[in-house]
Amino acid sequence: MTTTVFQQLAIDNIKSVFEQQFDDLINEPEWLRQQRKQAFQLFLEAGFPTRKNEAYKYTSLEQHFSGKFTYLSHALCEKINIEEVFNCDVPSLDTHLIILVNGWYYASPNQELLKQTPEGIIFGSLREAIKQHPAIVQQHLKTYFSSLASSLDYINMALMQDGLLVYIPQHAKLDKPIQVINLVVAEEAVQIYPRHLIVSESSNVVQILFCDHSLNASPFLMNGTMDIYLKDFAKVDFYRIQNAHNHSIQITNNHIYQSAHSVFKSVYVTLHGGTVRNNIYVHMNGEYSKNSMYGLWLADKNQHVDYFTHVNHNVPNAESNQFFKGILDDEATGIFSGNIYVDKNAQKTNAYQSNKNLIISQNARVRSKPQLEIYADDVKCSHGSATGKLNDDAMFYLRSRGISHKESCQLLMFAFASDITKEIEIEPLKAEIEGLVDKRLRGELSRCNRCSISCS
Amino acid sequence: MLTIKNLKAQINGKPILKGINLEIKAGEVHAIMGPNGSGKSTLASVLAGRDYVEVTNGEVLFMGQNLLELAPEERARMGIFLGFQYPVEIPGVSMVTFMRTAVNEIRKYRNLPQLSASDFLKYMREKKELVEIDTQLTNRSVNEGFSGGEKKKNEIFQMAMLEPKLAILDETDSGLDIDALRIVANGVNKLKRPDNAYLVITHYQRLLDYIVPDVVHVLYDGKIVKTAGKELALELEEKGYDWIKKEFQNL
Repeated sequence: MTTTVFQQLAIDNIKSVFEQQFDDLINEPEWLRQQRKQAFQLFLEAGFPTRKNEAYKYTSLEQHFSGKFTYLSHALCEKINIEEVFNCDVPSLDTHLIILVNGWYYASPNQELLKQTPEGIIFGSLREAIKQHPAIVQQHLKTYFSSLASSLDYINMALMQDGLLVYIPQHAKLDKPIQVINLVVAEEAVQIYPRHLIVSESSNVVQILFCDHSLNASPFLMNGTMDIYLKDFAKVDFYRIQNAHNHSIQITNNHIYQSAHSVFKSVYVTLHGGTVRNNIYVHMNGEYSKNSMYGLWLADKNQHVDYFTHVNHNVPNAESNQFFKGILDDEATGIFSGNIYVDKNAQKTNAYQSNKNLIISQNARVRSKPQLEIYADDVKCSHGSATGKLNDDAMFYLRSRGISHKESCQLLMFAFASDITKEIEIEPLKAEIEGLVDKRLRGELSRCNRCSISCS
Repeated sequence: MLTIKNLKAQINGKPILKGINLEIKAGEVHAIMGPNGSGKSTLASVLAGRDYVEVTNGEVLFMGQNLLELAPEERARMGIFLGFQYPVEIPGVSMVTFMRTAVNEIRKYRNLPQLSASDFLKYMREKKELVEIDTQLTNRSVNEGFSGGEKKKNEIFQMAMLEPKLAILDETDSGLDIDALRIVANGVNKLKRPDNAYLVITHYQRLLDYIVPDVVHVLYDGKIVKTAGKELALELEEKGYDWIKKEFQNL
């Protein structure tokens, strides 16, 4: 296999960061150090994915990784007063607020790094959890070397900083949603590797909301990995709002492991970001489990948004739904590549997938690749993709009532987007996100310096 | 109010309107009848500003202004309303948002203040009662899942909301049962004023039992070939269009 210049540069970059950092990690437990080493080896063997790799055909990441980004081996919090810069103020959205700064858990001096409730719920810094609850973390970071993990996951494992841990034991009930604000605040261009782990054993719904933001316009490269485990009968609602500036490179690798009767629902909304790549891998490992994924991306200028999903049905009687929509304006590119894999044992699988795109400008581009791979013979599966422009008849109908061309476009785009936003089940959040989508479509949300949900 | 002079128009290079002349004054109701394919809906489309119809000749003056150079929304704000033959379903856009946006855009044009949310809802309630539209319909997306009759009633409701000067009703009666027809016609009659006018396009005389026209025109092969009082509609109902066709196909 020939290696391109950029690919080699990317590998060299990661290698040098790893070698510089590894000695600093001396305080970490041995199992974690071993795991980092192992991940790094796996990365060297696998190499850096290029466009020759079918999964990365439309998004080249090696150029980004070959650039110069500083790795921060500790939090930068002392330099800034987060509470002052950042004020997340959403009326009626009451959450457990967690702030990550440049990949590191942020706690003010009198705040604990990890919270534990009497019922045994633990949430807070993953790094702190490694110290306090190594068994929980180790067990779940180990199973991580899964069949679907990619080089990007190996890199994250080798270089991971800090992130969110949530552990909900059986029968426990989280009183309100957990909200994570993932901030980038660096003066210089940084590379960050957040790592999140969510484990629920409880049949009570757990709601988790991630907001990605940047506080200034410095370029950054983020390659985050998140593992979500739903044990038998667990229910998790997961929301991710991506709204970092347009010079950012944001990669998220999401692995969802579902046991029997578990229900997972996720809504992704990408409002801003230079290059965004979201990998979502779902493992349907338990019968009667259900997974619903919704995604919406609004891209303009030169933005590049790539959603890649892979749903593995490994057992019978599970159900998955994927519904992803993109609105592309200017020179933006939107990519959806979705996979449904049904194992030969996975009879009675129901698996659906749909991708719809709206193209506003002639120069915007859409790549859509819905795929089915089915080895069982008694299943219900469907996939579909449609890309088009605004409907002429609908436009004329609105305009014939006195509504301007611009406002008619706005109404139709918003309607298109609302298929996804209406799936947000936290009412005040839904209202805020719909407001943001409306602003975003009007071009009024150029870069949000505060939490998206305080932009009103 | 509306003056059409020697209007010619084509669709994809095919001539459809071949020299229409028409004059509508405030307070009048005009009916245009004619067989299928005679150009009735094309005329409505030209007046509302649909861009797939290309005007090749003639002029249309509305309130003294050249209508043809205006965008559809500008025509609507000036007071043109088209009741669609096939109202469009727009999933995801609620009737309330749709009507509130439209009403406020038109009020802005007329230098009236924007309606507050509560004033708007009150205004909408009044109009709903006036045209006897089911109150649930306005809680849904525009025309989505509406029956044929509901869609047509919704057109009349929108007309009531927007208070146009000239309403063009393009086969609003098609697909209506007799009760819906009566509701639609009642709405039109209630909204009729000395300062507005109607152009009612229809195949059948039936609607004209309820909405009594001052003038009836017969459109055939892109031209108005006959103009008379309301008795013309009855004559057409009785004899059909064949005698007109015979009379004019050799011209």
